Order: sequence, then C-alpha cells, then structure tokens
Amino acid sequence: MAILEVPAQDFASWRTAARKLIRQGATPLEVHWLDGTSDAAQGLLAGLEAAPPEDDASKATTTTKVPREFLSLAETVSCFRDPQRWNLLYELLWRLSHGEPHLLDDPADPLVRKLRVMEKAVRRDAHKMHAFVRFREAADGAMVAFHKPDHHIVRREADFFVRRFGAMNWAILTPDECAYWDQKQLRFGPGLPRESAPSEDEVEDLWLTYYGSIFNPARANLTAMTAEMPVKHWSTLPESKLINGLLRTAGDRMYEMIRKQPSSAASFVPSDTTSLKVLQQAACNCQGCELYEHATQTVFGEGLRKARLMLVGEQPGDQEDQQGAPFVGPAGKVLNEALEAAGIDRADAYVTNAVKHFRFEERGKRRIHKKPDGRHISACKPWLEAEIALIKPKVIVCLGATAAQSLVGRDVRIMQDRGKWMDSLHAPNLMVTVHPSALLRLPPGMSYEEEFTKFVRDLRLATEEVNAPLSNA
Amino acid sequence: MELDRKLAILADAAKYDASCASSGSYRKRADGGIGNTEGMGICHSYTPDGRCVSLLKLLLTNYCIYDCSYCVNRISSDTPRARFTPEEVVNLTLNFYKRNYIEGLFLSSGVIQTPDYTMEQLISVARQLRETHKFGGYIHLKAVPAASPELYRQAGLWADRLSANIELPVDQELRTLAPAKRHTEIEGAMIQIKGGILEAKDKTNREGKSPHFAPAGQSTQMIVGATPAPDATVLQKASQLYKKHKLRRVYYSAFSPIPHADPGLPIEKPPMIREHRLYQADWLIRFYGFDVNEITPTTAPDLPLDKDPKLAWALRHREFFPIDVNKAPRAALLRIPGIGVRNVDRMLKSRRFRALRLEDLARLRVSIAKARYFITTADHNPDAFQIDTVKLPQRFQPEAQQLSLFTAVTGEL
Ligand code: SF4
Ligand code: SF4
Repeated sequence: MAILEVPAQDFASWRTAARKLIRQGATPLEVHWLDGTSDAAQGLLAGLEAAPPEDDASKATTTTKVPREFLSLAETVSCFRDPQRWNLLYELLWRLSHGEPHLLDDPADPLVRKLRVMEKAVRRDAHKMHAFVRFREAADGAMVAFHKPDHHIVRREADFFVRRFGAMNWAILTPDECAYWDQKQLRFGPGLPRESAPSEDEVEDLWLTYYGSIFNPARANLTAMTAEMPVKHWSTLPESKLINGLLRTAGDRMYEMIRKQPSSAASFVPSDTTSLKVLQQAACNCQGCELYEHATQTVFGEGLRKARLMLVGEQPGDQEDQQGAPFVGPAGKVLNEALEAAGIDRADAYVTNAVKHFRFEERGKRRIHKKPDGRHISACKPWLEAEIALIKPKVIVCLGATAAQSLVGRDVRIMQDRGKWMDSLHAPNLMVTVHPSALLRLPPGMSYEEEFTKFVRDLRLATEEVNAPLSNA
Repeated sequence: MELDRKLAILADAAKYDASCASSGSYRKRADGGIGNTEGMGICHSYTPDGRCVSLLKLLLTNYCIYDCSYCVNRISSDTPRARFTPEEVVNLTLNFYKRNYIEGLFLSSGVIQTPDYTMEQLISVARQLRETHKFGGYIHLKAVPAASPELYRQAGLWADRLSANIELPVDQELRTLAPAKRHTEIEGAMIQIKGGILEAKDKTNREGKSPHFAPAGQSTQMIVGATPAPDATVLQKASQLYKKHKLRRVYYSAFSPIPHADPGLPIEKPPMIREHRLYQADWLIRFYGFDVNEITPTTAPDLPLDKDPKLAWALRHREFFPIDVNKAPRAALLRIPGIGVRNVDRMLKSRRFRALRLEDLARLRVSIAKARYFITTADHNPDAFQIDTVKLPQRFQPEAQQLSLFTAVTGEL
C-alpha cells in the first residue's frame, strides 16, 4: 500500500485535495496529510505551484455529499494548531461517505468526540480573542492590538472586529498573522512581534483604576478567575499587572472593611429589660461611639413610661449635657412654651434625643454645638429603638432633620414635609416638624411669631391624633 | 475632583451589584458608529474574585437621599462621595469600548433630589451615547423605583436591559432595612417595563418592526444573608418574579460586609456557598422542571451547603431511582444528579445509535462519580444497587470550597 503525502495549508486547500482523494477511493490509512506550516509541506507546496491548477468546477457533478454540519466542523477544526487535524478530518469524511452518513449525530463516537473537542477549543480561543484583544491608540490615531491566540484564528475572527469597530482604523497583530482594517478593506500580513504595537495608552490608566476598584476583596477567588482568564493570556492584558497586588492586599482590605464597621450602642443595650430605669442606667456606660469621650454624661430620655406622645430631638446641648436631662436649655424653653400653647402637658409625654451625647467643638472657652454625623445617629439608634419599644407611643414627633433621619430613614425635607403623617414601622403615627432651636436662629426676614404659630399648629395636630379614638380598634 | 478619583469612588460603589450580563441583545452597528451586540455576552476580563468584567459598571453618583442599611451609599454612611457629569460617563464608555475593554455600560445611581430627576440623568447618558455618538454597544440602566412610568418608557428605548432591584425577599424586611422602599413600588417599575417590552413585541408581530425596547429584558437582584429569610422564601419570591414580570434573571448577592456598614447587620464574610446553591436551585427551577417546594420543602427550608440541590433532592427521593438512561424520558433524565441539560440532550441524540454504557456517558462529560448511583446502563452498573443503602449519602464528599462563579452561572448540574 503506497502512502500518499498530501499538503494542506488551510481549509480550502485541504477540502479540494480531500474531495479528489475520496473520489479516488483513497482510504484514510493510505493518506498522510502534511500540515501547510511544516517544512515538508512547504517543500511539497513549492513543487506543486508549477502544476496546472485543478479545475474544480468541472467535476462538481461528482462531488461527495456530506452534511453541512461537517463543513462547519471541518472549517473550525482546520484552525486547530495540531498537524494531526487534517488526518482526523479525512478519516471522518471517509466514514461519512462510506456507510456512516449519520455519524455526526452520535456525539459518543470517539472520533466525533475528539473533533468536537478540537472544535470547542477553537471556538473558545475565538471567544477569548473577542474578549482579550486590547487596543492601544497609535500616534496616527489608529487602534493597534497585540494578541497571542492559541490557534490559527486571525482570519476567521477578523470579521468580528470589522462588525464592531467598522468606523475606526485598527490592526490586530499576532505572531502568526496580522489583520488590518482601514474602514474600507480588510488585509492580512505576516506575523509581527509585540514591539510592533504601541507600548502605552493614556486611557489604560483609567482602565486600571476601574479594574482595581471593582474587585471586592471579600470575595477573592483566584481559581475561578484563572479558569476564565488563563495565565497564558496575561502578558497581553494590561490589567493583569494589578492582580498579584490586589490579591496580596485582599486579606488586609477585607479585615479593614470589617474593622471599619462602626461600633454601635447595640452591645450596650440590655436586651431583656422592661424597665426604663435599667435602660437609662445602662446608657450611662455606653461607649457605642466616640462621643462619650468628651461629653459630660449621657442624656437619656425623660417622661411618662406609658406616654402616648413621644418627642424626639437631635442631641443634648450645652445645658443638657451639664444637667443630664433633655430639653432644659434655651431650646427646651421654646419647646415648653409651644407645648403649653398646644395644650400638651409635658409631663404626659416622653421627651428624648436621637443621639444621647453632646457633640461640640471647642472655641476658646465655649463649646459650640456640632451636628452629629450619620455614623453617630446610627450608632445611637439602638437606644432610641429600645425607648420606643418600651413606651410604644401612639404618636412620635421628630423635632428636626436628625430625628427624622434616624426614624424615617430618608432625607426628609423638614420645610416640605412638616406636619404630614408619615409611614413608619416605629409607631402608628409619625410626624416631623422643626427643631425648637431653629426658632432661635431664624434667618432675617422670618418672624418668630409666625414660625412659633406653625410649630404649635404641628404639635396640636399631634395631640389631636393622640386623643383620637383608635380606628377599627 | 480628578476624573481618576471619581472613577475609583463610583466604580467601587457600584461593585455590589452582581449583574454584569451583556447577552440577549442584537443590535447592528449604525453607519459611522461604534459598537454592536450579537446576542452572546462577552466577558472582557476577570477580577481576582472570579467575577467577569463585561460592562463598565458605574454609579452616576453615590450621593443618596435614602438610608437603606445594607447599602454603602445610604445617607447615614460616611463614605466619600462623588458625582459624574453625564458627559464624563459618555466619554469613559466610548474610550473603554474602543479599546475593547468592555461590552458596554451598566449605569446606576444613588437617588438625588427625586426618583424622577435621578432617572432623567441616567436616561440622558444613554440617549447621548445612542443619539450623539451612535453607540451600538450594550447599555444596562437601573430603573429607580417610584419614578414616573413615562421615564421607564424612555429608558427602555435606549437601553438593552433595565433592572429594578427587589433587594430583599420579604417586604416587611425591606421596610425595616430600607424604610423608603416598598415591594409594591419596585414591582410597579417591573410592571411598567414588562408593559413596554410586550408592546414592542406586539408591534413587531403586527408591523414587522418596532423600535428597540429593552431587547435584553429585565433583571433584578436579591441580597441574601442580611436578613433571616430562609432559602425557601428567597426562591419563592424569585419564581414569583419570574412568572409575574417575565424577568430574564434574578441575581442573588451574598451580603458582603461594606465599609461604614450599618451596625445592625452581620459582619462575617459573605455566604458565598449559599449564593452558589441559590443559583443552582434557580436553574433547577427554570430549566430542569423542579418546583420550589421540591427543592426547599417545609422540612428543609434552607438548601444544604455541602451538596448541590439536585443531589439533595435525589437523596430524599430514592424511590425515583435508578433511572434507565436508555429508556427514561427527558424529564426523568434531567433529575439525575451529575447530569446537566446539555448532557441530557447529547444522551438523547446518542441513544438513537447505541445503547448507552457507562463509558459512553463518561465521554459525554457526565459526572459519573455522582450519577452512577442513580442510573442503570446497558452494561452492568453495580453501583445502582446501592440506591437504597443508608450509607449512600456518605459516598458524596462535600465539594471543594473554592467555587467558580462560572459554573453557577451556566448552571450545569
Ligand atoms: S452618643 Fe449614643 S452611641 Fe454614642 S456613646 Fe453616646 S449613647 Fe453611646
Ligand atoms: S436608594 Fe439605592 S443607593 Fe440609595 S441607599 Fe438605597 S440602595 Fe443605596
């Protein structure tokens, strides 16, 4: 049995030769395919060039019928970087045309399986090319990439980039072959080394910033990453240089995230008490945030254990801090007057603050009130919640934005939303209004009397609700 | 503020959204424009957490008037804040796209001023990309709950995908952790979006063509592990959303400790395996014909962490096995542990040519180690006789703890 040595350079040349061999009845054992990229094949090909080109069309009538699926499989597998592919394809073609026309429908056949695996590898490589090509802007404005595919896929995949980047000039360089697009025509040229592509691009720095910022150190998982972004591709991916650093610091950053978890009053709140007194005493020792460090004492709420109306302010002021009771300073005076005008006996209500320690700045000898930050409000919220849970007020009035932020949970606009009933989980009825201290610092042009009347009106609304019969109860 | 710094802040703040899909949309490149979509999503990179980078995922701003305690951007958090102009986002998107870093943009935002105002800002970015720059890449916009229906309509015209996040499986829990949010409002947005999608489909059917409307559909995200809701509740909510609003995907996001977190929330490492199991269960429900109650019955409302939900079901229902791989119908094959949808289809094909033996299954990439106890094949399979032994569950070593998110996402079981 003579062995035929046949060169195949690409899919078209293999197909032409294979057709002829099948017609001649050459069995797979009699044919030895030489890969077009190997030396032996190059020699053979050179010899062939002198021969007259075969007239394929004239023999079309005797063309072997193969399923279309075979052609697409063979076309893909022909890109696979292994000289064996031509032999395997020929073997499959032979079996398809010799009694096993439905062979491709049996994915469990060893030969079919093998070729399918190769097909899949090429597809995957193509997919990785779509994903991992990284263009850099060259001096002339063209976008140039250097990429290293596993298989011979540049020609096969160039069209993808034309469809996507048709309106820009680009080049994709690979060690095997390069593709060039000038918005009109696609050309191919011999392979080029990495140095032929631009070595930097300004936008790349922003890309690196982005890449570093979206990594969640709490989820580090290198195995999953390298499964999808194999290390062999890293050399052409600019972001890969960040990977080791990100991983090295992931543990620390994760720890940092947990450390930054702000402390909270939660661990100081006794969970099983029904006594306001016990609660208040526990609050004296609270270190839930740093505010306890500089203030004189904890200023807890005051009032009736069974109060149906609860008033929540912001935080104790200078006077409150020294006396240890809420609303005893200038703002407290305004509040008392307004309550009286609204017909409310303060002794029937419960009065407290969203934050229980005085926050201030020292200016000379004076301690100037400083608004608490979000973290103070949330750190202190467990106390307020515990007070609410014990008292179960029917109506809560938030005095000012801080109390509203704590209990309403969104940016309430006091001036817009004052005097309206809001949906809340904390009490059946919840309303926001101004903080009495706002009346002491009215901007020019606003009259105290007018604002005071409005404040009283809001409070009256609240007390009406307190006294209203329970609906459906 | 420097663009670089803004990018760092607003990308960092966006990373808690799990969705990064860019598939399901077909959009030809416009003449003279850049970008197209061809149905298949592309992951352009992977971060060291194994997550795919497909879209430029950003917040327009992380200022927010709300106070959702699971969110780093809530008003009470002291995180650094920044805000992009719509033009900055447009340019970043185009520059990244031209370098083939991304498939497109996923833009979300904290709520500033009002939901309507915020939604308008997001729409303006998408409109500029499409109209001014003829950008054909993928655009995913966040649908801010409680915005006007008209704005969701506009968003759908420019975006490939819209998503309103349901956040938590139980409305009551949501109201506790996110006082300003309601399931009704969030699902209200979903209903509007569904309406737009159906209308566009209907128009295509009648007139052969209609303007694009969120061709890649809508998705949502649920945070798991921030509240005590069991997996049964999570999956029930998910399947209800799939049915009611025709969602393409529900994403499960393991609650991750966030800097400046609300002190009331758990601060352990996020429950990654639980998240992975939820994705597997989600696939069983959507593609394998399982019902939520089969996967998480009242006697076991949480998915076991040490085995996949299908194996767990099979061990609870051994009366169903062994299954003859050469005779059983598709629905039964789908219930065999270790055999995925693609395996089943290959087996059905191959079955016409040969009586399947164990080695054939191995060649079809079936996970024999799992499947062998549940099947009979053309050759003798001694393991099938173990189906009723008490020791069977011990045959299955708990899986390695390193999980690839990819397997979860493709869901082959
Ligand atoms: S302000 Fe509140 S949380 Fe902070 S120490 Fe005082 S009582 Fe505790
Ligand atoms: S509305 Fe959105 S951004 Fe704002 S706090 Fe809630 S989850 Fe965060």
